[in-house]
Amino acid sequence: MPGACEIARPRMLASWLDRAYGRPMGTGNVVGLRSTAVRSSVALHAAMAVSGLIMVLFLLAHMYGNLKIFEGRQAFDGYSGYLREAGEPLLPRTGALWIVRVVLLISVLVHIYAAFTLWHRSRSATAGKGGWRYETTKNRRGVQRSYASFTMRWGGVVVGLFVIYHLLHLSADYIAPGGASPSPYQRVVNGFSIWWVVLSYMIALIALGFHLRHGVWSAFASLGTNSSVARRRVLNLVATFVALLILVGFLIPPLVIFAGWVR
Amino acid sequence: MAELFTVGETIRDTKAPAGPIQDQWEARRFGAKLISPANRRSLSVIIVGTGLAGASAAATLGEAGYRVKSFCYQDSPRRAHSIAAQGGINAAKDYRNDGDSIRRLFYDTVKGGDYRSRESNVYRLAEVSSSIIDQCVAQGVPFARDYGGLLDTRSFGGVQVSRTFYARGQTGQQLLLGAYQALERQAAAGTVEVHTRHEMLDLIVIDGKTRGIVVRDMVTGALETHLADAVVLASGGYSNVYHLSTNAVGCNTTATWRAHRKGALFANPCFTQIHPTCIPVSGEHQSKLTLMSESLRNDGRIWVPKEAADGRRPGEIPDGERDYYLERQYPAFGNLVPRDVASRAAKNQCDAGRGAGPGGRGVYLDFADAIARLGRAAIEEKYGNLFDMYHKITDDDPYQVPMRIYPAVHYTMGGLWVDYDLESSIPGLFVIGEANFSDHGANRLGASALMQGLADGYFILPNTISDYFAKNAGTETTDASHPEAVKAVDAVRARITTFLTINGDRSVDSFHQELGSIVWEYCGMERNAEGLQRALGLIRALREEFWTNVKVTGTNEELNQTLERAGRVADFFELAELMCIDALHRLESCGSHFRTESQTDDGEALRDDAAFAYVAAWEFTGDNAPPILRKESLEYHNVELTQRSYK
Amino acid sequence: MKITLRIWRQHDREAAGRMVSYGVDGVSPDMSFLEMLDVLNEQLTAAGDDPVAFDNDCREGICGMCSLVINGIAHGPEGLTASCQLYMRHFSDGDTIDIEPWRSPSFPILKDLIVDRSAFDRIIQAGGYISSPTGAAPDAAAMLVPKKDADRAFDAAICIGCGACVAACPNGSAMLFTGAKATHLGALPQGQIERNSRSLAMVNQHDAEGFGGCTEIGECTAVCPVGIPLDMISRLNGDVLSALRHNTT
Ligand SMILES: Cc1cc2nc3c(=O)[nH]c(=O)nc-3n(C[C@H](O)[C@H](O)[C@H](O)COP(=O)(O)OP(=O)(O)OC[C@H]3O[C@@H](n4cnc5c(N)ncnc54)[C@H](O)[C@@H]3O)c2cc1C
Ligand code: HEM
Ligand code: HEM
Ligand code: SF4
Ligand code: F3S
Ligand code: FES
Repeated sequence: MPGACEIARPRMLASWLDRAYGRPMGTGNVVGLRSTAVRSSVALHAAMAVSGLIMVLFLLAHMYGNLKIFEGRQAFDGYSGYLREAGEPLLPRTGALWIVRVVLLISVLVHIYAAFTLWHRSRSATAGKGGWRYETTKNRRGVQRSYASFTMRWGGVVVGLFVIYHLLHLSADYIAPGGASPSPYQRVVNGFSIWWVVLSYMIALIALGFHLRHGVWSAFASLGTNSSVARRRVLNLVATFVALLILVGFLIPPLVIFAGWVR
Repeated sequence: MAELFTVGETIRDTKAPAGPIQDQWEARRFGAKLISPANRRSLSVIIVGTGLAGASAAATLGEAGYRVKSFCYQDSPRRAHSIAAQGGINAAKDYRNDGDSIRRLFYDTVKGGDYRSRESNVYRLAEVSSSIIDQCVAQGVPFARDYGGLLDTRSFGGVQVSRTFYARGQTGQQLLLGAYQALERQAAAGTVEVHTRHEMLDLIVIDGKTRGIVVRDMVTGALETHLADAVVLASGGYSNVYHLSTNAVGCNTTATWRAHRKGALFANPCFTQIHPTCIPVSGEHQSKLTLMSESLRNDGRIWVPKEAADGRRPGEIPDGERDYYLERQYPAFGNLVPRDVASRAAKNQCDAGRGAGPGGRGVYLDFADAIARLGRAAIEEKYGNLFDMYHKITDDDPYQVPMRIYPAVHYTMGGLWVDYDLESSIPGLFVIGEANFSDHGANRLGASALMQGLADGYFILPNTISDYFAKNAGTETTDASHPEAVKAVDAVRARITTFLTINGDRSVDSFHQELGSIVWEYCGMERNAEGLQRALGLIRALREEFWTNVKVTGTNEELNQTLERAGRVADFFELAELMCIDALHRLESCGSHFRTESQTDDGEALRDDAAFAYVAAWEFTGDNAPPILRKESLEYHNVELTQRSYK
Repeated sequence: MKITLRIWRQHDREAAGRMVSYGVDGVSPDMSFLEMLDVLNEQLTAAGDDPVAFDNDCREGICGMCSLVINGIAHGPEGLTASCQLYMRHFSDGDTIDIEPWRSPSFPILKDLIVDRSAFDRIIQAGGYISSPTGAAPDAAAMLVPKKDADRAFDAAICIGCGACVAACPNGSAMLFTGAKATHLGALPQGQIERNSRSLAMVNQHDAEGFGGCTEIGECTAVCPVGIPLDMISRLNGDVLSALRHNTT
């Protein structure tokens, strides 16, 4: 059989054994199937969906925190401090924060690992050319696929690079456009007074918006919840809503600061 | 006529056991020798064809433990032409409590076949029909259900009970996928080897027994020899001898015709069914015709304008000026008369100038009443896909305007002669499904071909073939170097070389088209001696031209679709001749075979039981040599021969 | 009508291919797309050239054999239409039409527009069936199937196995095909026993054949000639995840 694959052969053998020992023939050895299936693209997508949704939850919380910028320096810095004190005395100082960070870090790693593995598989499934594997230049955009859906990968990379930049900037205080400061509030205000910082955040946030517009829908579908046409409509609405909420929610602080309403 | 054929010995034994008809199958099964499971693995069987008949047989024999090799010319077994069957499958389940029974299904089928089928076979078919539905449901075939979760049924042409199980308009597809999945399950288990894109081009007979086939790998052109202890042909029907038919464009007679040339009798070739409800031809370019399921006649009403050459659009013709001619002529059955009756009636209307649409070759099939009565949603649920298909092809929306339909060739009752065991006249060659002649006599009832294909493949052949194995097989081993095998391969190669070297200037398709129009004209819905004689002359002349003037491009050692078609058309030429000879010799009208010389005063078919109550099985005697007619006389002990009447 | 065709010509699996232009005259709007190709082939044959090889059989949209990417869209511009059911009335005089085969490394090109789709058969072999040995079936009426489930099974079962979903998917995924089979069998009571192992086995085979993963882009369902909906992929995903979680077959 041309192109016969490593999985087909042992399965045939297994079925022969089934017959020989009078066991009912069926899809055979479920344990073996399961250990293969955990590396299947379906399982990887599920991992990506769960990690992505965890990140979405973090972002919603983060967005809520960011909006405290309107309550002034005290509230904002206090909030930052609270993050570090949360859970005390049950947990050591910054304990809860570290738990969150570890979960986030794992999510990021899982998400990136799955993303690149699947990216690789899909490239080899299309001879490295994706949706552009046809000679014709007509209908390169396909019939109905959305901008969001076919920019997932590069969009993800953009978001990833942004997060590094963002951590170095606002979390680690390592790069400090507009001036470093021990006060997170001050760092934020300093940074967003500079036009290209605001612009870079806007670009990243729009990329994130697109990533989430398709990502949230895709995550639910990957987890098996898209069970009908009606459900699909609902999931797409939810995805649009989440993406817009996060986009707008995050965009407000930089824009407001740049406009000089908060200083 | 005498020089066209000679009459040979009568066929006496069909192997049907003696005794009352309802005990025969039981008796045959008991009488058949069995093969122990351990020994089955050393027995091999080749199955050509993966339609309902072939796939079900391969799956079942594989499951039983035989080594099975399955062949089809398509790229996957799932694409066999059975996939296209729309309407449904009959079974004597009597879930409706409407008086159905094995006996009634048997009776209807024999009557529908106009008393030209073998009682024993038909009774058995009716007997196993119930198990087919059980088997298919267990496989997951999604038959239509009612709101209580029970299987739904509908009624089909020619019968008055509701015994047709269906899966919307895609019954054949669903049944075939069930059989295909069972086949693939065996392929995974290693009991069936599936060879797709392989075309059988000859049969290998050694010492009087069928031992194998020669196939061409349609991708590389390699000629391969496959040997086995028995060969089963499940290669479908030969409607494409007419060029335009409702069959898939690849359907062919090659497998059966090659076997015929090796000694298998070919029975009743002139019994070809014309289906009344097809989409009319739209022009020269037409490559195939599309069937609109017969089930449409349940709700659609057929009419033509009363006035000849009425130029108005259908909507503009008031009810009073329409002739619902089937309801008028056949009040008991109305639009549900059997296919041959409906087809000829349509032809007569069009011949009288009352046909609708371009060329006047069409009658209206109108759903306006049904839509008004049941609502559009109900009609959509029942026939949605058919309506869409019609819309796509014709650009007319049948929810708005009536469909236009015309008869087209659809099914071939004739085929290789088989006995009660489904074994042909060459030992070890079994023939199942549409490829054999067995169960439908001179006319097949709707929804009974699927039933027959699956009955043969799931239940009958697996029982009867073991008897052959027990008595014949596994004795001597043979390999591809056997002189008979080598001879067969050489002959195939020589034929291919001939095609490739003629290098004339007419395409294969142009020959096929011309052949088709000759057969349609003279051996189609109506036949007469003069026309058939003329057809024979035309066919022979065209065949001559074919062999000197056909153009086949390319080489053998590649994927060469022209070469594939050339081989099929060459076989159609020979078959067409035999069809005309068969039609010519049968000077009676029966079922689908309407001889203008033999009709009642009011233009209905007139059978001649005294002279023609037999199966005409033809023996090949050589190229251009008159075939020998071998008769199997038909005796009816369980039904009374009556002149069919659907009035 | 006069049409210009640009067609992918490739002599065999190993050969390099390229797009070649042909003019076809006298195309009638009532011709099907394949009949138009027949006309081209007659023309090529008359000129002694090699006709264009393309897969087709039933020519009525049910066998799944025809497989043309027409102007970059699998099965052409009309929705819910297989290549063979596409009519020339949807094109205009003077059009240039590009025709290519399905492109997927898992569907190697055999010649011109013909590809090898045996990978689909192997996905079915892996588990796309309900094990029911011939003769062992209970009476068909013994099991009631709610109409809703029967209908859903049917909606999935109508997949014609053409492979357009793979041809259109930017990830080269065959999840719509695989999901349709899993949904068909998984919707029926008969199909429950093997539901877990079936979904695992089919997905494993799907991946082993080299098809990509599904990122829910939906091109597949847009070109699918029978409109297999996207939720069938999600159902398969759900089945696989549940099979991975539950320790029973
Ligand atoms: C449009 C249409 C609708 C129909 N609707 C109904 C219906 O509603 N109810 C009903 O009962 N019947 C119906 N019929 C009739 C019925 O579908 C067929 O008679 C039946 O399916 C034939 O099945 P089969 O298995 O004998 O052959 P097929 O399904 O035709 O299979 C033939 C097989 O043989 C293979 N083959 C052929 N020649 C060769 C060769 N030389 N080498 C290798 N392989 C070869 C093919 O690849 C294929 O796999 C319909 C027929 C048509 C055309
Ligand atoms: C390094 C950064 C990132 C990369 C490379 C990346 C890449 C990807 C890729 C390739 C996909 C799959 C495409 C698809 O399913 O259509 C994806 C899906 C997703 N991403 Fe990201 N992403 C990144 C960051 C993020 C972040 C920060 C979030 C959330 C805040 C996120 C949320 C999601 C979600 C919810 C999905 C859907 C999962 C699924 O398809 O099942 N991603 N990402
Ligand atoms: C304009 C929008 C944003 C603002 C104003 C902002 C602000 C901040 C600030 C002030 C911190 C430091 C908090 C602290 O040290 O106490 C921080 C941390 C962080 N931000 Fe943002 N952020 C924004 C957008 C984003 C986005 C879009 C992402 C992810 C995609 C993100 C991810 C993070 C992460 C991962 C941290 C580190 C949390 C930790 O300390 O572990 N932020 N952000
Ligand atoms: S899902 Fe649709 S596109 Fe894919 S193989 Fe089935 S019918 Fe073709
Ligand atoms: S286009 Fe491809 S990504 Fe999924 S939804 Fe369809 S398989
Ligand atoms: S040729 Fe059969 S679906 Fe197109």
